[in-house]
Amino acid sequence: MTVTVKTFDRLTDAAAALSAERGARFLAGGTLVMRAINEADPTITTLVRSTDPSFLRVAVSAGRIELGAGATMAAVLADRELAFLHPVARAIGGPAVREAATVGGNLFAPSPYGDFAAALLALDASVTLADGYGQRELPLEELLGRRERGVSLVASVAFRRPATEAFRFAKVSRVHPKGVSVLSIAAQLPIASGRVSGARIAYGAMSRTPVRAKAAERALEGHALDTAAIGPALAVAADGTSPADDAIASAWWRREILPVHLRRLLLGAGQG
Amino acid sequence: MKTPVQFQLNGEEVAAFADGGANLLDLLREAIGDLSVKGGCWQGTCGTCTVLIDGAPRLACVTLAESCGGKSIETVAGLRRGADLHPLQTAFMERFAAQCGYCTPGMLMAAKALLDRNPNPTRENVVDAICGNICRCTGYEPIIAAILDAAGAGRRRA
Repeated sequence: MTVTVKTFDRLTDAAAALSAERGARFLAGGTLVMRAINEADPTITTLVRSTDPSFLRVAVSAGRIELGAGATMAAVLADRELAFLHPVARAIGGPAVREAATVGGNLFAPSPYGDFAAALLALDASVTLADGYGQRELPLEELLGRRERGVSLVASVAFRRPATEAFRFAKVSRVHPKGVSVLSIAAQLPIASGRVSGARIAYGAMSRTPVRAKAAERALEGHALDTAAIGPALAVAADGTSPADDAIASAWWRREILPVHLRRLLLGAGQG
Repeated sequence: MKTPVQFQLNGEEVAAFADGGANLLDLLREAIGDLSVKGGCWQGTCGTCTVLIDGAPRLACVTLAESCGGKSIETVAGLRRGADLHPLQTAFMERFAAQCGYCTPGMLMAAKALLDRNPNPTRENVVDAICGNICRCTGYEPIIAAILDAAGAGRRRA
């Protein structure tokens, strides 16, 4: 199958081209889109690319981190300032995938993929969208909620740096050291006076998109991270999830093991 | 529409016309004739098409061919120097690290990417380096041993 490839110096021009044609798809790292091209996906008629340097930029300051949507998992791993995200980036495929897979692409990876997006959701990230008229920002959670209806081009992702030891990530897979997620859990657990204050927990592979564990977050609020206090959060761990039956695991199995792994993550965070 | 693409392949300038949306794997095999690169899944899953692009491991099957213009690409065909096999190739033979051999080109390039960056890898480093490459014959242990042997050979030469 032959498609048209259009390459633009500026991201906004690429965004305009993307919105001008129904069959246009943005190509970044290629791990999702080239696969579709190889499978002769008839809905793709044009590939849109951009060589805009801002698309690859990783900007780290004391309080805020901004990742260009074209930044790769390898770029995340190469940045010592992003050490708290290294376990997440390392969980995305093998080295060859990590050299190509991008932050922005992960936001659109179908479940059970998208572990990095789950981490960004726990970090309360916002995304900057580009279209032919400029750029605008919206919460990642909102983008995930409507990504299947089509959105503008994601230019970058930004979030506040989590407090030391406040961020935790776990990926559960059947194949080691690398496998597709049975599920993944990312949590930001700020501790004030020994108690959780403002927890954000997100799951990968527990719904069509990465999803917040809002009931568990509420149950943790104001409690210490010890075995007794996390019980109510574990009891509602699967609330709001709708996992799929797929080749990796059944929905039933995902729901069964979720509290087990959330428990381990929370107690690990408490020790940190 | 075809697009001209020019890059270095194993140190030599090559040029070809790529169909719109063509992947690097098909370009290398069908337009340039480098059959050392194998295609397994065309989904970016099996790793057998691993090549090095500017020194980094990449999956040729999910790499847009025309994005490779001006790059330096290495395939397993460029590993040996004349009659001399690369230490990785020697170690793979001595450790019986290839059975059906289909994953071997990708394994060798994934291993080369590791050793080029880290000449003294741990076993854990080696396992991570080849974790995106599937082998259904060996159980991986001979491959891991071969890569560690090749690293050791490199240290002895240094």
